[in-house]
Amino acid sequence: MIKEEVKKRLTGKFKDWLIKSPKRVYFVIDKKDLKEVATILYKDMGLRLSTVTGLENEKNFELIYHFGYDKSGELFNLRVFIEDKINPEIDSLTDIFKASNWVEREINEMLGINFIGHPNLNHLLLEDSWPKGEFPLRKDFPLKQSYPLEEDREGE
Amino acid sequence: MSKKKIVPIGPYHPLQEEPEFFKLIVEGEKVNELEIEIGYNHRGIEKLSETKHWDQVTFLVERICGICSTSHPFAYVLAVEDLLGITPPPRANYIRMIIDELQRLHSHLLWLGLVGHFIGYNTVWMWAWKAREPILDIFELVSGNRNNYAMMKIGGVRRDIKDDDLLALKKVIKQLYGELKLFQKAIEDDPVIHKRTKDVGILSKEEAISFGAVGPTARASGVDIDVRRDDVYANYDKVNWSVVTLTDGDIYAKVIVRILEMFESCSIIEQCMERLPKGEIALEIIEIPQGEGIGRVEAPRGECFHYVRSDGTNRPVRHKIRAPSYVNVPTNLVSVPGYTISDAAIILAAVDPCYCCTERSVAFSKEGRKILRGEELIKLCQQKTFKLKESYDNR
Repeated sequence: MIKEEVKKRLTGKFKDWLIKSPKRVYFVIDKKDLKEVATILYKDMGLRLSTVTGLENEKNFELIYHFGYDKSGELFNLRVFIEDKINPEIDSLTDIFKASNWVEREINEMLGINFIGHPNLNHLLLEDSWPKGEFPLRKDFPLKQSYPLEEDREGE
Repeated sequence: MSKKKIVPIGPYHPLQEEPEFFKLIVEGEKVNELEIEIGYNHRGIEKLSETKHWDQVTFLVERICGICSTSHPFAYVLAVEDLLGITPPPRANYIRMIIDELQRLHSHLLWLGLVGHFIGYNTVWMWAWKAREPILDIFELVSGNRNNYAMMKIGGVRRDIKDDDLLALKKVIKQLYGELKLFQKAIEDDPVIHKRTKDVGILSKEEAISFGAVGPTARASGVDIDVRRDDVYANYDKVNWSVVTLTDGDIYAKVIVRILEMFESCSIIEQCMERLPKGEIALEIIEIPQGEGIGRVEAPRGECFHYVRSDGTNRPVRHKIRAPSYVNVPTNLVSVPGYTISDAAIILAAVDPCYCCTERSVAFSKEGRKILRGEELIKLCQQKTFKLKESYDNR
């Protein structure tokens, strides 16, 4: 039932609605609608942001926002594409819920996507001395790349 | 020191036995603010996973955590099975559930022991770990390992449980019931434990929802979620059990939720053993087609989330992992401030993050930097209990 409700509330904002299995729904939304859609899902419908998956495709970046409905267990997966590969940007959801704080920081350091309106985009997992402009989850980043720590560089 | 290197990439995994850095900003005894710094144990597993064969990834993700070491492979195989659209044979599903619930028991007992130790009840610590030992023996009997059981496999399980092992398991569960009742009574009847844990470190329901907290942390704050019931996997819809939810959100509620959950786990294991059918334990998977899948598992600490995408080759293109503590640890930002330093250790531990976290804490006072090491923090915490105990004894 929640599927119908979500579909009704988001009329005109989604495309490629796909029910892959009874509890897994995938659809694509536009980048500019993200904040509005997230507000509707979280505040009005009581969905919880499980996590966000960031991917680099050949021509664009893809973010999948996984929203779970815990009363019946459906998982709504909102796909957002960021076409600009040089300066990828998207709205931050931190002012709607705190759950997106860490995961946006992580995607920022791993894929280099800028979250507009995030209060603190410092490194979460990587060391502070990690070189700027190197994003380890991008496909052109080699697996065995490594950089010396800051204190080691000073000693050289 | 020049050998030190930055591990380039991967998923951060904030479960037990892992260093996290908490900065407590204090005024006198009171904690005003908390800062969390993580990333010390970042091993690049998400990136590494993209270079491994589908079968190898099962073993890789098992190494994410040593305590809930079956939750990650379980969520991963569910994600791949979701991609393939297959269901493993019934016997495999029941074996998976038995392993999953045994793991929950051992993880909760380990945590209960640590909480006992933090508040100065070393007897609870010893007893809880003593009760945990037979469960590890069962794991050794069934899988050959006390930890990292390597039971999960895409399409089923890797090993069968022998009938003799089931007899031993039955005995252990029966004995565990008695021990759990003892813990429950000991905690419910002790005024000092009440004083230390009640109304301390409260996480409100609104905050829990905003942080997206999961597992016992959320359930102790009145958020009624459990992946086992909501997004049914294996055969959790075929056994009778209930989700334990309390509303107080303090440490006491977190302790009681976990203890009551252990009773449910025992009951689930017993029902699984009764219903365990004969038959195949795994399907044969030849190749993974193009597509994507999501697997969710209720790990001892909450929802464990795995997303995989395949382009038809023998390796995943992307493998996203979200461990439950990733959303539970930030709740400390609101549950610690306002309480004293001696309560901080136990509040930080109540989320069940890791032992090492407290060893990384530093307390700052206004007069300057004052460093309290983990052991000192635990000592402070224990001293408070002893003082309370004395005041009760002198009455």
